[in-house]
Amino acid sequence: MSGNGTGIGASVKRKEDARFLTGRGRYTDDINLPGQLYGYILRSGMAHAKIGAVHTDAARAAPGVHAVFTGKDMEGVGGIPTGWLIHSKDGSPMVEPGHPALAIDKVRYVGDCVAIVVAETAEQARSAANLIDVEREELQAVASIEAAEADGAPLVFDEAPGNVCYDWEVGDRAATDAAFDAADHVVSIDVVNNRLIPNAIEPRAAIANYDPATGDYTLYTTSQNPHLVRLLLGAFVLGLPEHKLRIVAPDVGGGFGSKIPHYAEEAILTWTAGQLGRPVKWTCERLDAFKSDTHGRDHISTAKLALDADGHFLGLHVTTKANLGAYLSTFATCVPTYLYGILFAGPYTTPAVYCEVKSFFTNTVPVDALRGAGRPEATYLLERLVDKAAVELGMDRVEIRRKNFIREFPYQTPVALQYDHGDYDATLDLALKAADWAGFEGRRAEAAARGKRRGIGISTFIEACGIAPSAVVGSLGARAGLYESGSVRVHPTGSVSVFTGTHSHGQGHETTFAQIVSDMLGVDFDAVDVVHGDSAKIPFGMGTYGSRSLAVGGTAIYLAVEKVIEKGKKIAAHLLEASAEDIEFENGSFTVAGTDRSKTLGEVALTAYVPHNYPEGLEPGLEETAFYDPLNFTFPAGTHIAEVEVDPETGEVELVAVTGADDVGRIINPMIVDGQLHGGLAHGIGQALLEECVYQDDGQLETGSYMNYTMPRAADLPSFNINHNTTLCTHNPLGAKGVGEVGSIGVPPAVINAVIDALRPLGVNDMSMPATSQRVWQAIQRANG
Amino acid sequence: MPTVTMTVNGMERSGTVEGRTLLVDFLREHLGLTGTHVGCDTSQCGACVVHVNGSSVKSCTSLAVQADGADVTTIEGLANGADLHPMQEAFREHHGLQCGFCTPGMVMSAVDLANRNADPSEHEVREWLEGNLCRCTGYHNIVKAVQAGARAMGGGS
Repeated sequence: MSGNGTGIGASVKRKEDARFLTGRGRYTDDINLPGQLYGYILRSGMAHAKIGAVHTDAARAAPGVHAVFTGKDMEGVGGIPTGWLIHSKDGSPMVEPGHPALAIDKVRYVGDCVAIVVAETAEQARSAANLIDVEREELQAVASIEAAEADGAPLVFDEAPGNVCYDWEVGDRAATDAAFDAADHVVSIDVVNNRLIPNAIEPRAAIANYDPATGDYTLYTTSQNPHLVRLLLGAFVLGLPEHKLRIVAPDVGGGFGSKIPHYAEEAILTWTAGQLGRPVKWTCERLDAFKSDTHGRDHISTAKLALDADGHFLGLHVTTKANLGAYLSTFATCVPTYLYGILFAGPYTTPAVYCEVKSFFTNTVPVDALRGAGRPEATYLLERLVDKAAVELGMDRVEIRRKNFIREFPYQTPVALQYDHGDYDATLDLALKAADWAGFEGRRAEAAARGKRRGIGISTFIEACGIAPSAVVGSLGARAGLYESGSVRVHPTGSVSVFTGTHSHGQGHETTFAQIVSDMLGVDFDAVDVVHGDSAKIPFGMGTYGSRSLAVGGTAIYLAVEKVIEKGKKIAAHLLEASAEDIEFENGSFTVAGTDRSKTLGEVALTAYVPHNYPEGLEPGLEETAFYDPLNFTFPAGTHIAEVEVDPETGEVELVAVTGADDVGRIINPMIVDGQLHGGLAHGIGQALLEECVYQDDGQLETGSYMNYTMPRAADLPSFNINHNTTLCTHNPLGAKGVGEVGSIGVPPAVINAVIDALRPLGVNDMSMPATSQRVWQAIQRANG
Repeated sequence: MPTVTMTVNGMERSGTVEGRTLLVDFLREHLGLTGTHVGCDTSQCGACVVHVNGSSVKSCTSLAVQADGADVTTIEGLANGADLHPMQEAFREHHGLQCGFCTPGMVMSAVDLANRNADPSEHEVREWLEGNLCRCTGYHNIVKAVQAGARAMGGGS
């Protein structure tokens, strides 16, 4: 690895930017197909209702309308599947009710798809939808975990008694109970992890086309994982063979997990295009996005930590209730289980950990992955609890963490994971120094002189990323492998096309992956292009989520490049009349070791495609594909510190400073990595201070637009102080760990710990997310009695 | 249905629209200028910001007929041929964009700020961007880009 100006480790400016900055990006809604019609999805305005006849005659007769389809029309089509089977404590499989793309007999959340109207224009389709008359019998809704588990609660699904999907556990309960029996101190905490709405700025959209001449379907869709959509839509919903279904996810305007799932609208559009033999386009309006994009988080937990007299952690017991919403979305069931419970060792040597999670159906939007997906929920609980333990034992918040850090690797946690490597002291020390932790009391006093309450909070955390080893996740219930693919095609004159199964929707893969390939092959950065997002072009891949793209997808590309080099050595050896074992490859040249006899990659590539003088038995061409199945999760880790000032008169929290010290493994492009951290921090700060999805008891979404769901804006945030201490992942050749979710995992507890630190002198010892001025002011008033 | 005529990115463009047609739909659907994006329907996100007679305007909140006779600039009209506008260049240099969806609105809004304030402080930039949402960047690099772009513009576009 040369580390040159565009190589691994350089802050190369992004290839993507030229089109995005000039308005030449190509997002799904920018695409129009000849003869295209427009679809409008009629959604349920009731959270829970029986539906009888759906009268569509008036809509069908409206101007421009070509068709109206309801659940009855799609009745023979498969339901929307879920991707992960969870088993309960007693070994029974989770309750897995059907999810018809268009509701049949019953609607289960405000936003549930009821009908599609297809017309010449989007306006005509929307207007005609108003003419549809749905016979409904409203049922009592369960819009929260509390409502779902209440005695006699209405059932979202008759087959799910108590609205329970599963009652899962991980860890050794007996060993954990024994740890509590032996403890000198037990500290407990109750926390709510607030429900969030993802809000990628590009709303979802799709265009489906069907070519009756070939029987080919094409779906353009806003997806983080086009092949996953093809697999689910083709094999499970519509029964289409893969070679007749092409999924294109072009430029996608942010995902954050909300564009992982295979959505009902994708199935409805594709099926409708098949019925009509014409392209049908649908673009989600933002108000509909609020009530149809999968939501995130929504946990209620109670936990207790057992400690010895010196503050060593002996055991951790976590009991969580999770809201899955009205249907099981693609990764919904694994988020509060295998992406959550297995994180509870954190960076600590707690020898006994037990976590149980009961998940509920409710009459709310389906809940699925959102930036961090399970790991922010675990980290928030653990880091709040550790802070509380420090206070109750009279220990320093930093020292209690340091006292319990894991320092010997590999480390087998009591909750399944084996950490390969890390240095938690290093990121802690780096963060404390960068945040001037030691000087904080001076700043607190200075703020107090101005009438402000200043607080500082810390979070030391680990995450499990780079998902995931297929055999491991398969044994845990995943219905797909989680490897990744990469192809490297060296063209005859030496330029390179790279094909990846990952998908870039802001992460800059076109730049980062090109850096890796140009560095390894010694070709110009500008001679390498990265292709992604089109199932007709790329090898089968699993897409982008779980901070997996570099660690898993990048490794696949790395391995494909190695294969290219190995083949190139054979060709060069032939041309140089040497043995392939004697050929060395460096800086784009194949050289006979110890000589100055060499061939460039371009010469070798040309020979591969014009094989007039060529090794006997070797295939022409210079293109290789690698599938990489990771050996383990990767474990980014770090320390985040937040500093706040609270106005005790108004309860307003000002976030004064945010410092991160992160170990994300090998950094290919520092500029892009820092950008990922910034975005994750903003998302985590949004959860801690601003964002909260609120449902009314009847299942109406109270925070259903940007008018009343508080997105972080520029003035809500400070600039971030980002620092790195890198240790390499030991089990992939790049040493990569992952960075996309770090901020949203690490920072929320740091922010809330800071708010509590600021308010503790006023008698406030607890705070829920988001710490809005209203909530903070009320807490201060309550403490004042 | 009314006919509107306006100068868009230096060229006179006309079209027949409905009275309710939004400026953003006229630009995207009638003129094929898809660089201007729609991210919400409540005038909150700012992905649709264009310039009308030199001032930044949310084109999802303006009717096409309101822009009749106006001089409209979209993100497609900002660069000078192959040369990026200084604000575009600053966004590239400072990694002020990730997925690119909010970017056209951010850049157009930033150019308007720079035309009014050649050297905005971090605080002034953050306050100015009140009407533009970004979910990717945490605004950190956008703020740096806007400050650098404003300085590079030297008090004019």
